[in-house]
Amino acid sequence: MSEFFAMGGYAGYVWSSYGIAAIVLFLNAFSSLRRHQSILHRLKRLESK
Amino acid sequence: MKRSVKGGLWLWFHKMASPAYFYDVAGRLIPWCVIITAILLLVGLIGGLVFAPADYQQGDGFRIIYVHVPSAWMSMFIYIVIAINSAIFLIWHIKLADIVARSSAVLGASFAFLALVTGSIWGKPMWGTWWIWDARLTSELLLLFLYLGYIGLRSAIDDRRVAGKAGAILALVGVANIPIIHYSVVWWNTLHQPASVSKFDDPSIHLSMLIPLLSMALAFKLFYLCIVLINSRSELLEQEKRNQWVKKLVAEL
Repeated sequence: MSEFFAMGGYAGYVWSSYGIAAIVLFLNAFSSLRRHQSILHRLKRLESK
Repeated sequence: MKRSVKGGLWLWFHKMASPAYFYDVAGRLIPWCVIITAILLLVGLIGGLVFAPADYQQGDGFRIIYVHVPSAWMSMFIYIVIAINSAIFLIWHIKLADIVARSSAVLGASFAFLALVTGSIWGKPMWGTWWIWDARLTSELLLLFLYLGYIGLRSAIDDRRVAGKAGAILALVGVANIPIIHYSVVWWNTLHQPASVSKFDDPSIHLSMLIPLLSMALAFKLFYLCIVLINSRSELLEQEKRNQWVKKLVAEL
């Protein structure tokens, strides 16, 4: 298992690449979903006024 | 017969371009899109990180390919989608085309950024440098700036129609950069390795390495579809909030 994480000496390079990609893609998904939710909530509030 | 098929297709096209219908269909597609993305991502990650053998020259360092290459492909693919939708918007004034273009830009910029950063991280151990000003890297950097310019230009203009038009023109001018990125490794001398996948008759990459790469590429494509569907729905709600279908939808929440 530790051999897997060591990536033949390239651990820092490999895992930082995957980590940055994961963070950037997660942020995209998160902000898109949150925007959709907040628009729906805002329209709902406007409607009930 | 031929005529009715064409008529049916045209009808479908018109139906899809109707905001209420698109909103509904997109909402139903998103869950499937998420599931397929997750499966492809899992296959790609396990295949790429566990089952693919270490490269005979680069050892395990080559595994960066599974995020780098799909990101680079997507950065170009999304730009082309934006350019095509920009042309449709300019010629036929179809609002939905502008919405799709606008909804793609941030993720496109993200992929260009990822291609540059993971390429840089890959370059350090293999080439001995984080960055060189060669044609491939410079044209990809230009692509990131085109995305940022597109996003900035649109957000600087308040009038939605004018913003759409200005963005569309910028996107179409910038599309000249896409073939430059693709052929840069052929036209100019560089440290960057040439294409090894797109030579389909004789791909110079082993199947156990190729399958996870294609799986990751498809996963990224499906992920983009998920995002563009979600963003387009948000955009439609904003633009159509005074229309009956949105009011009805909100009332039923």
